[in-house]
Amino acid sequence: MDFLKDGAKEGARDVTEKKDFSIVLCGEAGQGIQTVEQILTRILKKSGYHIFGTKEYMSRVRGGTNSTLIRVSSAPVAAPVDRIDLLLPLDDKALSHLDGRISAGTMVIGDPDVIKPRAGKGIFHPVPLVAMAEAAGGALYGNTTAAGVVAGLFDITREELDAFIGEFFGGMSGPVIENNRVAAEKGFDAGKELARSGKVTVPVKKDRRAAGDILLNGADAVGIGALAGGCDFLSAYPMSPSTAVMVFLAQHAREFGIVVEQAEDEIAAINMALGAWYAGARALVSTSGGGFALMEEGLSLAGMLESPLVVHLAQRPGPATGLPTRTGQEDLNLVLYAGHGEFPRCVYAPGSLEEAVSLTARAFNTADRHQVPVFVLTDQYFMDSYYNTAELPLDGLEAVRSVVETEPSYRRYAFMEDGVSPRGIPGFGRGLVVAGSDEHDEEGHITENLGLRARMVDKRLSKEKRLREEALPPVLHGDESCETLLIGWGSTDKIIQEALELIGRQKLSYLHFPQVYPLSPDAAVYLKKAKTVISIEGNATGQFAALAEKETGIPVTGKILRYDGLPFTVEELVERIGKIFKGEG
Amino acid sequence: MDDNRFDMGEIDVAWCPGCGNFAIWETLKETLSELGIAPEKLVLVSGIGQAAKMPHYVRANVFNGLHGRALPPATAIKAASPGLVVIAESGDGDMYGEGGNHFLHAIRRNPDITNIVHNNMVYGLTKGQASPTSRPGFTTPVQVDGVTGEPFNPLATAIAQNATFVARAFTGHRDQMKEILKAAISHRGYALVDIFQPCVSFNRLNTFQWFKKNTYPLEEGHDRGNRVEAFRRAIEKDPYPLGIFYVREGVPTFEEGLPPYGKSDLPLYRRVSDRKRLEALVESKRAN
Repeated sequence: MDFLKDGAKEGARDVTEKKDFSIVLCGEAGQGIQTVEQILTRILKKSGYHIFGTKEYMSRVRGGTNSTLIRVSSAPVAAPVDRIDLLLPLDDKALSHLDGRISAGTMVIGDPDVIKPRAGKGIFHPVPLVAMAEAAGGALYGNTTAAGVVAGLFDITREELDAFIGEFFGGMSGPVIENNRVAAEKGFDAGKELARSGKVTVPVKKDRRAAGDILLNGADAVGIGALAGGCDFLSAYPMSPSTAVMVFLAQHAREFGIVVEQAEDEIAAINMALGAWYAGARALVSTSGGGFALMEEGLSLAGMLESPLVVHLAQRPGPATGLPTRTGQEDLNLVLYAGHGEFPRCVYAPGSLEEAVSLTARAFNTADRHQVPVFVLTDQYFMDSYYNTAELPLDGLEAVRSVVETEPSYRRYAFMEDGVSPRGIPGFGRGLVVAGSDEHDEEGHITENLGLRARMVDKRLSKEKRLREEALPPVLHGDESCETLLIGWGSTDKIIQEALELIGRQKLSYLHFPQVYPLSPDAAVYLKKAKTVISIEGNATGQFAALAEKETGIPVTGKILRYDGLPFTVEELVERIGKIFKGEG
Repeated sequence: MDDNRFDMGEIDVAWCPGCGNFAIWETLKETLSELGIAPEKLVLVSGIGQAAKMPHYVRANVFNGLHGRALPPATAIKAASPGLVVIAESGDGDMYGEGGNHFLHAIRRNPDITNIVHNNMVYGLTKGQASPTSRPGFTTPVQVDGVTGEPFNPLATAIAQNATFVARAFTGHRDQMKEILKAAISHRGYALVDIFQPCVSFNRLNTFQWFKKNTYPLEEGHDRGNRVEAFRRAIEKDPYPLGIFYVREGVPTFEEGLPPYGKSDLPLYRRVSDRKRLEALVESKRAN
C-alpha cells in the first residue's frame, strides 16, 4: 500500500498495533459481558490507561451473540478497530461470530471446557474460568473472573483490584462482594501468570493523566448537553437506541427539576413537547427514525407555530424496524425533509463527546432564538461508545431563554424585520398568546387572507438566512490544500481522523461537519479547492454527498459507504481510502 | 350578564346558523366569567374540527394544535406552568377518534385540566361522515349502508379508567350545562364533560328534538362517588342520562407529583438552571 507513510508496514492492521491494545469480550446476552466491560474500562482508566469502548449486540435480552470492544492505549483513542489483540470468548459461538476478525496473532483466553479453538485462528491460552468461578462461590462469578484475568495482564496491583471490586459491588449485600473479590483475584493471578511467563504481553504504557479524566458515553454526553441547554422537559417513547438519553434525564430529574414523561406514543411525545415550549419550558424529544416518522406532523406543527423544539434522533438501520440495535446514518434525509409544508430547521450531528455536549446545549438556544425545530442527529454507535476525555467545557453553553413579558397589545406573530416575533408565553405579562396550526394573522387567529398567507410564509422562511449565517463551520483536519478532500458528518469523525493520521499522506484532508443543515458558507470554500471530494457515510445512497452537492453546487466525486449495521473501523477506512488513490474506488 | 371579559367583539364565526356550538360558546364564556378566571391565566387548547375553532372565539390564550392532539399539549402546558387554567376542547371525532389513545392516557395521568367534548355524533368540518359516537344505522355518503359498529362510549370508558370527574351535558339545557362546566373547571384533576349538541347541517337523525326526547337529568340523589353505579348509568341509553356521573376528590394530579414541584410551585420558565450542580455532575464522571 504505497499511500502509507514511510516506515509503516504493509497493511493498516500492523500500523495500529503499536499504539494500543484491542480487547474483545464476546458472549451471549445475559452472560454478564456488560459487567466485565464496566469493571475493565473503569479499572483500566483509574489506573492510568486511555480507553475506548463500543459494543455491538443483538435485539434480544437473552442468548444470541454480543461483543464489546475495548481499546486500551497510551494516548487518547476514540475509534473502533477490526483487529483483535486479545479475545475473551465466554462461549464457543463467540469464535464463529468473530471469525473474520481473529487473526493468527490474536490471543484467545478462554475456558477449554467451554470453547474449542479453531485451527489457525489465534493463539489459545486456556484458563479454567468456570472452575475458578465455582471455587469463588458459583459459576455466576465467571464474568468477574474473566475481568480479573484481563486486569492481571496490565500494570495493575492486587490492592488496586481489590479496592475497585469492593467499590464496584459495594451496593450489593451478603457474600456477593466477597465472592466477587475472590473471583476477581483468582482471575487476576491467572492473568499475572500469563504476563509473567511472557505468553501474553501488553505493549501499552500508562499515562497518569487519563486516571483523572471524564469517562462517559454518547448518550450521557447528549443528556449533559441537554442540561447545559436548560432542558427542563422531556417527553419520549422508549426506542432503541435513543432510550439511554431518556434514562439519563430521568435519573437526574429530581436533582435538576426536570419533567420526564414517558408518553403513550411518539405523537403524544412531540405534541407534549410543543405544549411545554408554548408554556415556557425548554423541551426535548428523544427518539429513533421510526419514532420520529410518527412525529412528523408534530414537526410540521412546530414549523407553523414557530415553536422552538429540540429533537434528538439516534439513528439505526431501517426501513421499518430494520436492525433495532445496530447503527447507521440513514435518517439525514428524513430530518431534512420531514413534515408537510415549508419551514426552516437546523440539524446538528456531533462527532465527539465534547460536540454532543456543546451541540445539544446549542440546539436549545438556536431553537429558542429562531423559533424553529432543531435536530441533534446521533446513532447507536455514538450512543453506546465511550472514552475518556480531559475536559467537557461548559463555558459559553449557558441556557438563554428568549421569552418576553407581554403587553395587552401583544401579537404572537407580529411581523419583524428578521422574521422572529418576540415570543410571549401564557401567564407572563398581560397579553394573550395565540398559537394556531391554521394559517394565521399576526395575532395567531385563523385567516384565509391569501396575501397575508404569503407574507407569513415569507416570514417563516426568512429565518433560514440567519440560521445559515450562524451555521457552525466544518472542521478541517490534515492538509490545507484540500486536494483530496474527505467529508464526513456526525459519529464518523474520530474514525476518519484516526484513519487520516495513519495514512499520513500529503494533500489529503478531511472535513468534519458538526452542523449538516443549513451548511455553513465555509463548506463551499473548502470544497471548491478540492480536486476530489469523497463522502464517507453510514448509509447506502450517500445522503450527505447529495446534500453537499445541492448546497455548494460542487460535485462529490466519490463515496465510501457502509450500511451493514456496524460502524466504520479504522482499518477499513485506511484500506478503502487507499483504494481511491489507487483508482479502485 | 355584564361581564364580557371573554368576548372577542366583532368576529367572523365559521359555524352554521343554529349550530349547537353557539350555546356551548355562550355558556362557556359565562361560566369562566362567573368563576372569576382572568383571560391571561386561561389557556384553551384544541385540535381540528368545527368545535376545535372555539378557542379562536374566546379572549384567552390559545393553543390550537393538530387534529386529535389537544390533550398531550394541554397536559404539558399544565405541567410546565401549573398556575394556568387549562381547558382542552374539541369535537367527538377529534377527541375520541383521532385522539382516542391520548384520551385514555390523559385520564390515566389525571392532569388538572378540563376536557370539553362537543358530541354531535357526526363529522362536521369534513362534511358529514360517521364519528366514533355515531349510532348504528346512521347513513352518510361514506357509511352508505349505515354505521354498524358499537358507538364509542366516552363516559363508560372514563369511569372504567377511574377518571376523577365524568359528566354529560346537552346544549338544550344551558343552566345544567353551566353548572356542570363550573364543577368541572373547579374540579382538581382531569374532568371530562361530554356535551350532546345537534349538527344542523350533517346529522338529520340526532337533531335538537331527538336529543331533547332522548335525554333526562340524573336524579338528585345519584351517588357520584359510586363507580359501579356511575358505570351502570353511563351505559344507559334511549334515553341518555345527563349530569355529573362520577367524581373522585383528593386524587393527586399529574403535575403535582412531577420532580420540579417538590419544593417550589414556580412555573418552569421562572427557573434558572443550576450550573454548579451541572459542573458537579460532569466532575462526577471523572470517578467512572
